[in-house]
Amino acid sequence: MPDAPGLELIRGEIERDHPGAVTSTSFDREQAALLVDPAQLIAVLTWLRNTPGQGYRFLSSLHAADYLPAEPRFGVHYELINRERVERIRVKAMLSDPGDGSLPQLDSCVELFPTANFQEREVFDFFGIEFRGHPELTRILLPEDYVGWPQRRDFPVGGEPVTFTYNERNYG
Amino acid sequence: MEIERRSFTARQASARDMLRGDLEGEDLERYVEEKVVTTTFEKMLNLARSNSIFPLTFGLACCAIEAPISIVTARYDLARFGAEALRASPRQADLIILSGRVSIKMAPVVRRLYDQMLEPKWAISMGACSSSGGMFANYAVVQGADKFMPIDLHIPGCPPRPEAVMYGFTKLQRKIQGNPDQGWRQRYNAVGTEEWARGGPASTPSPEAAEAYLAAREMSLA
Repeated sequence: MPDAPGLELIRGEIERDHPGAVTSTSFDREQAALLVDPAQLIAVLTWLRNTPGQGYRFLSSLHAADYLPAEPRFGVHYELINRERVERIRVKAMLSDPGDGSLPQLDSCVELFPTANFQEREVFDFFGIEFRGHPELTRILLPEDYVGWPQRRDFPVGGEPVTFTYNERNYG
Repeated sequence: MEIERRSFTARQASARDMLRGDLEGEDLERYVEEKVVTTTFEKMLNLARSNSIFPLTFGLACCAIEAPISIVTARYDLARFGAEALRASPRQADLIILSGRVSIKMAPVVRRLYDQMLEPKWAISMGACSSSGGMFANYAVVQGADKFMPIDLHIPGCPPRPEAVMYGFTKLQRKIQGNPDQGWRQRYNAVGTEEWARGGPASTPSPEAAEAYLAAREMSLA
């Protein structure tokens, strides 16, 4: 686990090779995270994976979150592990909703980490984030004909209102 | 004991008398009336059906621990009601118990299993989730299994105890026999307010109607 100064060192080294790639860092509850520019995400992941002395070769998890009132609202998180030193680092790419009905886009990292294949499909399935260059970006858990992106925070909860006598009397 | 034995020998003797042709006239009439029950073929068939149900080996979620697994064990023993033979193929089964929430991806599969079952067939929706969606009011779960297939019986609970499932099962048997006791008279404390097809007003049924009612009641509550 890189500590806070170690994280800043990594940031500095990335900055030297890819200027402007890392927008900020955070070190919260012993968890080091790099916030990166979505356009240079693959460059950062490649750097962390291939640079001697870094060697974050294992993608343990790829997932997304919707921070709706915030802007940009979508965050795609990459959890990387160096398995020799057992060190973890998190890479976050923040995406905003285009607003014209099209989907937010991000580069796919399947070429770099084959395990990302299904996980990117899952993120697409639930959040509607499109991964450019993914070999087969289709729904993986929901039915193929499902409409909508159910894990977005503005997606209706669903279900049916339960009619209690109280509701009937007061609002029926 | 002694009296029972005597009456048994007496009955044996009368059976021998009948076979020998010694019973005649009124005695023979009474003997036949005692020994023979007349019914319709339909009723007899339903009686047989209700006591030899083949449930489908099928579980959806946590309720499956209670319904198809627990109730066939020695502790609860559904075999007492003639339904211990669980079938692994829907084509051999005539009862499907929906034990758990039905997700939108599972619903077409469940419907297909139900369609594959041969007539006559019955379906029990067990637990809150398959009856109404339960706690899963979200995008992934069907809000009540009767949105996509006919359900004969709902068993409430989360999950229902095996005893509740067996109680529901006996209710289903009664429904199959064409005599569904919905239980509302007990719930609304209305036993004894039945109307009579023939005889006097509700408070004083004719003796034969009262007798018939008591007999039917005994059968349905036994």
